[in-house]
Amino acid sequence: MSSEKEPLFSAKNMKLITTPIGPQNPITIQVLGICSALAVTAKLEPAIVMSLSVVFVLVFSNLIISLLRNTIPSRIRIIVQLVVVASLVILVDQILKAFAYEVSQQLSVFVGLIITNCIIMGRLEAFALGNKPWPSILDGVGNAAGYGIILIIVAFFRELLGSGTLSLPGIGTIQVVPQLFYDMGYVNNGFMILPPMALVVVGIIIWVQRSRDKSLVESN
Amino acid sequence: MNKQGNTYTFIYASVMVVIVASLLAFVSQGLKPRQARNEMVAKKIDILRSVNVGSTARDAEKKFEQIIGNASYIVNSKGEKVDGVAFDVELAKELRKSPEQRLYPVYEARLDNGELKYILQLRGNGLWGPIWGYVSVNEDGNTIYGATFGHKAETPGLGAEIDNADFQKQFIGKKIFDSQGKLVSIAVVKGGVPAGNEHAVDAISGGTITSNGLAAMLENFFKGYEQFLKNIERERHE
Repeated sequence: MSSEKEPLFSAKNMKLITTPIGPQNPITIQVLGICSALAVTAKLEPAIVMSLSVVFVLVFSNLIISLLRNTIPSRIRIIVQLVVVASLVILVDQILKAFAYEVSQQLSVFVGLIITNCIIMGRLEAFALGNKPWPSILDGVGNAAGYGIILIIVAFFRELLGSGTLSLPGIGTIQVVPQLFYDMGYVNNGFMILPPMALVVVGIIIWVQRSRDKSLVESN
Repeated sequence: MNKQGNTYTFIYASVMVVIVASLLAFVSQGLKPRQARNEMVAKKIDILRSVNVGSTARDAEKKFEQIIGNASYIVNSKGEKVDGVAFDVELAKELRKSPEQRLYPVYEARLDNGELKYILQLRGNGLWGPIWGYVSVNEDGNTIYGATFGHKAETPGLGAEIDNADFQKQFIGKKIFDSQGKLVSIAVVKGGVPAGNEHAVDAISGGTITSNGLAAMLENFFKGYEQFLKNIERERHE
């Protein structure tokens, strides 16, 4: 290995961000974090805030675990990881309650449920425990972004087709489908706001992704 | 030191817990005043919304002062005024008491056009956690002037839609008592309310348990406020 210092955004490091967004996406390829993808995607605004919260929690828990990786006794490493994740989630929850009260009311229990998001514990076990802090941060950004992008895509379609609106943080709910359509007999698809439709939308995304990138298709 | 040994593991865990606990306690204490203020302002926004007055976190306190000010009091199940500050009543605690012993807060709103509305406070259970609301009633103690509902943890897009303005608008003009003065409350029904029904609104599709919880909450609290509502109706005729 060369003793030369690796640049911060070397090709290898950038890959840590780009692969989880595309070919190693935690939701569509590894099928992790599906539970919250079902729960918070009926509307766009909670999905966006949820994604940002997951970015925060995953980046910092990856960083902290990576910094501690040589000190953590391996027998209690899962507990240590849980404590770190849970503390960060409580921090996010408290900060949202103090500075973004309305959004925290909408997200309600789902912020707390970030603790149980499989992606976070998965990245801590698989990456942060064995890598240096900087690559761990990038890995956190990449995986949380890969999760968030799918969440936002799913929420976009579910809210658009299910409620005819789009809601954005700080802006509020925008009526997208014009009243004229409703007057002419258009009806919102009530199915879209039910949780199973999130699975169908995720399924369509997986289908599109695999038909565009044949290397993702398993041969059996 | 042996990193896999018991001593190291115990010390590691203890130190970690102490650090994390003090950090979280510190943050929680530091943010508490802001959070308490947010909650109080949110309550005022809710109360104002029940008389169809829109407000934001910025102007809620000013509007509350103008429209309601100090015109609030507590009544008991017999409709008699009792001592205490209405704003401090926690319905979550009242719900644990038997219906006869509960305290019920009332806010009197004097609207810009001079009309007087009585605002009642409600609380019940949804699917995942508590739901609550404020209902404003005309001077006849019967016709609903406005209603607003909130929830802690209902499913977004489903049960959570009880805080949707379109759902809440349905309550305007509905009646709590029938023409004989008997309490019938307001039901939340599936499959469409027949036109002209003064005692029912449409439920939320996909939010059946929340809708049922809402109907139970309305009935429960209208019963509690029954004597008070009958008293204001009687006083109006005297």
